[in-house]
Amino acid sequence: MSTTYLEAIRQGLWEEMERDPNVFLIGEDIGVYGGAFKVTDGFYEHFGEKRVVDTPISEAAIVGAAIGASYMGLRPVAEMQFADFISCAFDQIVNFAAKSRYRWGAAVPIVVRAPSGGGIHGGPFHSQSPEMWFVRTPGLKVVAPATAYDAKGLIKSAIRDNDPVLFFEHKGLYRRIKEDLPAGEYTVPIGKAKVARHGKDLSIITYGAMLWTALDAAEQLEAEGISAEVVDLRTLLPLDRETVCASVKKTSKTLLLHEDTRTGGMAGELAASITESVFEYLDGPIVRVTAPDTPVPYSPPLEDAFLPNAAKVVEKARWLYRY
Amino acid sequence: MPPSERASGFPFRAILPTETQSVGKFRMSATQAVPTGRREEAALAHKCLYYMSLMREMEDRIERKLYRQGKIVGGVYVGRGQEAISTGAALQADPGDVLFPTHRDMAAYLIRGVPAGRILAQYMGRVDGVTHGRDANMHMGDLRLNIVAIISALAATVPVAAGAALALKYLGRKNVAMCWFGEGSTSLGHWHEGMNLASVQKLPVVWICNNNQYAYSTPMSQQMACANVADRGPAYSIPAEIVDGNDVLAVHEATRRALEYVRAGNGPYLLECKTFRMTGHSAHDAAHYVPPSLFDEWSKLDPIARLEARMTTQGWAEREEIDAMQAAVRKEVDEAVAFAEASPFPDPATQTDGVYEGQ
Repeated sequence: MSTTYLEAIRQGLWEEMERDPNVFLIGEDIGVYGGAFKVTDGFYEHFGEKRVVDTPISEAAIVGAAIGASYMGLRPVAEMQFADFISCAFDQIVNFAAKSRYRWGAAVPIVVRAPSGGGIHGGPFHSQSPEMWFVRTPGLKVVAPATAYDAKGLIKSAIRDNDPVLFFEHKGLYRRIKEDLPAGEYTVPIGKAKVARHGKDLSIITYGAMLWTALDAAEQLEAEGISAEVVDLRTLLPLDRETVCASVKKTSKTLLLHEDTRTGGMAGELAASITESVFEYLDGPIVRVTAPDTPVPYSPPLEDAFLPNAAKVVEKARWLYRY
Repeated sequence: MPPSERASGFPFRAILPTETQSVGKFRMSATQAVPTGRREEAALAHKCLYYMSLMREMEDRIERKLYRQGKIVGGVYVGRGQEAISTGAALQADPGDVLFPTHRDMAAYLIRGVPAGRILAQYMGRVDGVTHGRDANMHMGDLRLNIVAIISALAATVPVAAGAALALKYLGRKNVAMCWFGEGSTSLGHWHEGMNLASVQKLPVVWICNNNQYAYSTPMSQQMACANVADRGPAYSIPAEIVDGNDVLAVHEATRRALEYVRAGNGPYLLECKTFRMTGHSAHDAAHYVPPSLFDEWSKLDPIARLEARMTTQGWAEREEIDAMQAAVRKEVDEAVAFAEASPFPDPATQTDGVYEGQ
């Protein structure tokens, strides 16, 4: 039976809670209500109020409490109702959690789940992709799965990890994609990118929901005789530069794609890493397709203009191919 | 009418002292029962005097000697005049209780068994510092000792302490979290979020406010419109008590009451300890913004001098015994300084270690 991206996250959480009594959930409206997106629907009934903690509207307290509980040996999974609200917990994440191990050797094995991304007409405060605020914070791990398989495998790895992990789940994928998952137990390692489609003419490097945009674009390019390789980063921190550079060495042309805005986006770091490591393999400029440097607008024509799509990727890829 | 109602003008649920005495411009709970037996009273007083004196001597060396000698390259933030609060409260904690002290609560570390030499090495950025040179001054903790490190934005500790308390309850332990903060921290959102969450979830936390009247240069009157930090407790349905923070036995006894309430599963309890910062915000701050009369007034309430006077008048100690203890403390700190100075600086090759597990 095919499993949605949302159901995959749910299964991962459920299995880890069954496996380890120290895993618990904390967040807003996650218990009786089952979560704004219903990811934790039925958890309260099964695991009880001790392990599914409904809180006041207090993102800083949710993450802070998760940190404190993790010091005592628990493995909290905190939910930000929308990734946009994670800014309320910024200090707890970047100053308390991220620096704890380095400063005084205290591990912070927490997971912060954050439904991110646009395409659902959520407007400026329910559509953001805030991952790069955290990718430049040493001590954190940041994952952003694109498939149901990876979403389940990565949430399980995140819960078992002994460092703080931010889990950006793309809310636009929740019910849009599905696939058959293995019946048995599996995890997906944090810090490993994956070649999602093999090609020889150029590399499209991306993550999150944009994987599907890249794969669409690759199909269209294939029809035109352009063979695109697609690399799904899966983890943004620590970044798997090896897999990225191996793909660039193979194709010699690179298109970097993300839904996040342009300046200071992941594409900038990737471009720098590629030129540092495999500059001599490049046969063209490194090209970026990203959202523009604006807030995420609400009205459909404006949001469509904001979001990268397959047509924008195909156009840039054609240009790069001919370069 | 209890003093809390006088302060805020409307009634609320609170446990407040009914017997008060005037100290400075504040009304405070009178020192209540100390242990009844004479021998126990004397022993407790000796213990309190030792830790307060050790903290004072450590901080005098840090601020007035090592810092001026250039041996401490970073900031120095001491708790001179506030020693009674961390001493009186931490002496009530069980080893399983989790402490969240601030940078002005050194006695909590000493009571938990952090060696004085390692604290000095920490200040000096040496490898034997508690954080091995990774962080400065009192930014240090040790989970084996159930003591958690602050971050500079101090109020952030409040939700973290609530989370530790949540875990203690989750794990079925009878222990509590004990979290200190200054009055300035109570202006931050994290403080209010943490207080609220702890109260809603009835978490076992004792909140201890070192109200030393100044947050850097900002006086109480510009920090909050209410007269007392304790007035904020009832807004969260947290019982609050105002304590003479310069009377170590009063702090000790108030902490006992707080712990009794919290350990019984009633939720958090707030102690506001009125005190005064007998120094600048840090070693580089001459505190010219503090009216000299306030220093004069509060120097008469010095917690160490007050305890010594009480010990001699109550017959708990002879003056010679106290002098001998102070001499022993000075010798202990001499040895700690020697230890810290002998400790090497960390190897720069280790700079990138330990950001993640196994790295």
